[in-house]
Amino acid sequence: MKERLELAATLNRDRELLDRVQRASGVSVKDCYQCGKCSAGCPAAFAMDYTPRQVIRLLQLGMVGEALKSHTIWVCAHCQTCYTRCPKEVDLPRLMEALRQEAKKAGFIAEKNIDIFDRAFLSSVERYGRVHEMGMMIQFNLQSLQPFKDALLAPPMLLNRKLNILPEKIKDGGAVKRIFAKVRAGNQGGDEH
Amino acid sequence: MRYAYYPGCSLHATAIEYNLSAKAVAKHLGLDLWEIPEWNCCGASAAHNTDHLLALALPARNLALAEKEGLDVAVPCAACFNRLRAAEAAARESEKMRVRLAEIIEMDYRASNRARAFLDIMVNEVGLQAIETMVVKPLTGLKVAAYYGCLLVRPPKITAFDDPEDPQTLDKLITSLGGTAVPWACKTECCSASLSLPRTDMGLKMVYEILRHAKEAGADCLVTACPLCMSNLDMRQAGVEARYNVKLGLPVFYFTELMGIAFGYAPKDLGVPRHFVNPIPLLEAREILRHPATRREQG
Ligand code: SF4
Ligand code: SF4
Repeated sequence: MKERLELAATLNRDRELLDRVQRASGVSVKDCYQCGKCSAGCPAAFAMDYTPRQVIRLLQLGMVGEALKSHTIWVCAHCQTCYTRCPKEVDLPRLMEALRQEAKKAGFIAEKNIDIFDRAFLSSVERYGRVHEMGMMIQFNLQSLQPFKDALLAPPMLLNRKLNILPEKIKDGGAVKRIFAKVRAGNQGGDEH
Repeated sequence: MRYAYYPGCSLHATAIEYNLSAKAVAKHLGLDLWEIPEWNCCGASAAHNTDHLLALALPARNLALAEKEGLDVAVPCAACFNRLRAAEAAARESEKMRVRLAEIIEMDYRASNRARAFLDIMVNEVGLQAIETMVVKPLTGLKVAAYYGCLLVRPPKITAFDDPEDPQTLDKLITSLGGTAVPWACKTECCSASLSLPRTDMGLKMVYEILRHAKEAGADCLVTACPLCMSNLDMRQAGVEARYNVKLGLPVFYFTELMGIAFGYAPKDLGVPRHFVNPIPLLEAREILRHPATRREQG
């Protein structure tokens, strides 16, 4: 009896969060009948704490917080294999994406370096309109406290002109910066998209 | 045939040879490419990890710039192609989303044009027959594992390009260039994409599986249509060899490089010698470069 009560309490607490994730991803977790096909073909499953099927199960049980804290939502490579094969067309990569965004808001970042990488990438795009691979890699290495990561790869890349020392900055009259600003403003206004 | 051309950030840096070779073969086949002026980054996985709307708006700006010219967009990079297609699909599916995107990018955008994978245009618009007639240095004896990766073929609803489990487009192209496409199991396995930077351990394992299967299938090289796949398979190959204590020595080509070589261009004009795993010894061993055809200069 006691256990049932606790389960109900968890359900209530996480209900709102689950609704948000379902709305953002367009996935209804009830659709999944737990066949496991997604996990069987997932190329990143070896690095996950919960398999993709288990992540959905957590959500079905209302244990959203557990899903948000998982490594799975970060190491999903968005390869789309599960979505392509799922007999119920559950868009798992979109669900992982929505969970990751909620995890960031809640301050659960199980894979710090992946988050640092994404932010280094986007700050380059916001600044220049294009990604400056060399600048982004340096920023990533510094922020992830591994200054010499992949350092052996850099000299041959520079020699082969595969890395540009200076960024390419586009002349878009600030259009890309405004795209970032509008998306941010929309999010603060609580818009759904 | 005229297309808007969206190279994407990689083709201006780590994948410079993809850009060089794509432009060379396009010109050779009479394809007119108009590079979208002041194109911006598609946002790649970083954007869709962060914000769904941002991940649609960044590609939409490029699509809208091409739409103004009434052109479909030729996209060599499989990752960019996937993002452009996703934006296009979202705008077509929902009028509300289309209006929202147009407002964010401050441009009219009707989603009337399409993003096309460069490979798709080559094989299905230019056609294998036209390609075959241009071959002066056939890739005889070259055993190639055609590697499609994820983003060209999945999800099929978005990419609408070839079979997601056993695609054939690249294999057919190899055959028409005179090479041999080996049957193998990892055509569409994931190489870990950009995860190989923050999680190199994961990347190395995933790349090892792909390279090992190619080797076991008897391939002496791989061919790809994606700069992310290339950098994982080529640049990280030495790391894989060290970690798993194996000798692989598998050069990786962009399909446009193999086309250019078969059309008689010198590898250095296509950027081929810039790879980490040097492909020249293999091409020499198969006597492909020594074929008695005139060398073409890049114009
Ligand atoms: S393949 Fe689809 S239905 Fe089966 S467990 Fe995975 S998400 Fe659920
Ligand atoms: S999209 Fe993510 S969860 Fe699905 S198969 Fe690929 S890595 Fe696994």
